[in-house]
Amino acid sequence: MGLLSKKDAKLITDPFADNNPITIQVLGICSALAITAELKASIVMSISVLFVMGVGNVVISLMRNIIPSKIRIIVQLIVVATLVIIVDLVLKAFAYELSKTLGAFIGLIITNCIIMGRFEAFALGNGPWRSFLDGIGNAVGYGVILIIVGFFRELLGSGTLLGIAVLGDPIKKTGLYAIGYENNGFMLLAPMALIVVGIIIWVQRSRNKALIEEH
Amino acid sequence: MSKRTEGNVYTVLFAVGMVVVVGALLAFLASFFKPSIDENKRIEKQQNILYAMGVNENGESDVTFVSKDVVGETFNKYITQQLVIQGGNVSEDEKAYLIDIKKEQTLAKEGKDRRFPLFVGEKDGKKFYIAPIRGKGLWDAIWGYVGMDENMVVQGAYFDHKGETAGLGANIKLRFFMDDFIGEHLKKDGSFVGIKVSKSNNDPTNQDKMDNEVDAIAGATITGDGVSAMIKVELRNYVPYFENLKTN
Repeated sequence: MGLLSKKDAKLITDPFADNNPITIQVLGICSALAITAELKASIVMSISVLFVMGVGNVVISLMRNIIPSKIRIIVQLIVVATLVIIVDLVLKAFAYELSKTLGAFIGLIITNCIIMGRFEAFALGNGPWRSFLDGIGNAVGYGVILIIVGFFRELLGSGTLLGIAVLGDPIKKTGLYAIGYENNGFMLLAPMALIVVGIIIWVQRSRNKALIEEH
Repeated sequence: MSKRTEGNVYTVLFAVGMVVVVGALLAFLASFFKPSIDENKRIEKQQNILYAMGVNENGESDVTFVSKDVVGETFNKYITQQLVIQGGNVSEDEKAYLIDIKKEQTLAKEGKDRRFPLFVGEKDGKKFYIAPIRGKGLWDAIWGYVGMDENMVVQGAYFDHKGETAGLGANIKLRFFMDDFIGEHLKKDGSFVGIKVSKSNNDPTNQDKMDNEVDAIAGATITGDGVSAMIKVELRNYVPYFENLKTN
């Protein structure tokens, strides 16, 4: 990468793979369970988190020398909440349909521990540019897992992707359904998200043995 | 952290300053976006009302509303009367579609007379009576519009929700569920009973339109019960109006 120094590039690539916020740090699990029943919700959630993380990290980083340490968590919370309200307003004004589908989940961004975690662990001690990269990196790492989980849950649970039937029509018994395939309704429930995340963790750790913790 | 940022005075001033800045910013943005948000809400309500009387651009199995650009004129073309029923009196109000059912329900809870909007539409010489309904699902509010004929037989229904589980309760806004209501009777032997979203009905393909039941969505029991409840509780209030229609 010519644009970024090696150290900066690592900020983006690390959370993407070997320091993934969901599969390695086990943060942000709550939203990964809640919204991944459909691919579309996963994608929009990822984009919203990308915005909130990128901007939020920069804001916190710019303010890092003037934030009173006693109330820093509250300050961080206010910054997240403000950004989330802005996302919500913009969606309502320009993408009303989408904002309705996501309604409750947008507010849930506030509770996403990845955001507060990165503010606290990184943005408070680093400059704006590096914080921005860190935010984007972690948001992408989070988004990738969300989209993978959303992809499998929607495909196996509803037989659709982004709402489009890809396996045939379960009622008219066309496509795969003609030979006896059935949707697995269990995939739509939260526990299956946990199991899918578990499988991703398993695949990741068996490919990179260094990630396995010693006991 | 420098020493300067540790003092109590600084901390309090910082907190006050931050609240003021953030408050001003959000207030400004909210009023800046309000016109377009309100416009979106108006379009949505008109689209929903038209949907419930069968004015839509549905394909085989999708839900497609009248397009945004023409919804205003289409609404004026098909909806002939907008009524408000309050305490037994019926009056016309061309802004009835803007009535917030949630606020009206709160009024009723406080013991006050609430308003019930009703939209009278006409399509191909047939009259439709469309009533808004609102209730509770599993996680949050659910609402909808039910189009009826003068005998309280459902002619069209649209349901929506704020935060039902995706893939389960959220499916109340899909065609396979909403279409089941079409033709279903709200009355049994002349008295109002509503329509039950039933997990145990003997008619999963919905051939029997007189049984006051439609088939439930598996895995969405509480959302389904919410739909039954809002139909029963809200539409009951319109029964006197329909009875008047007959006697007049």
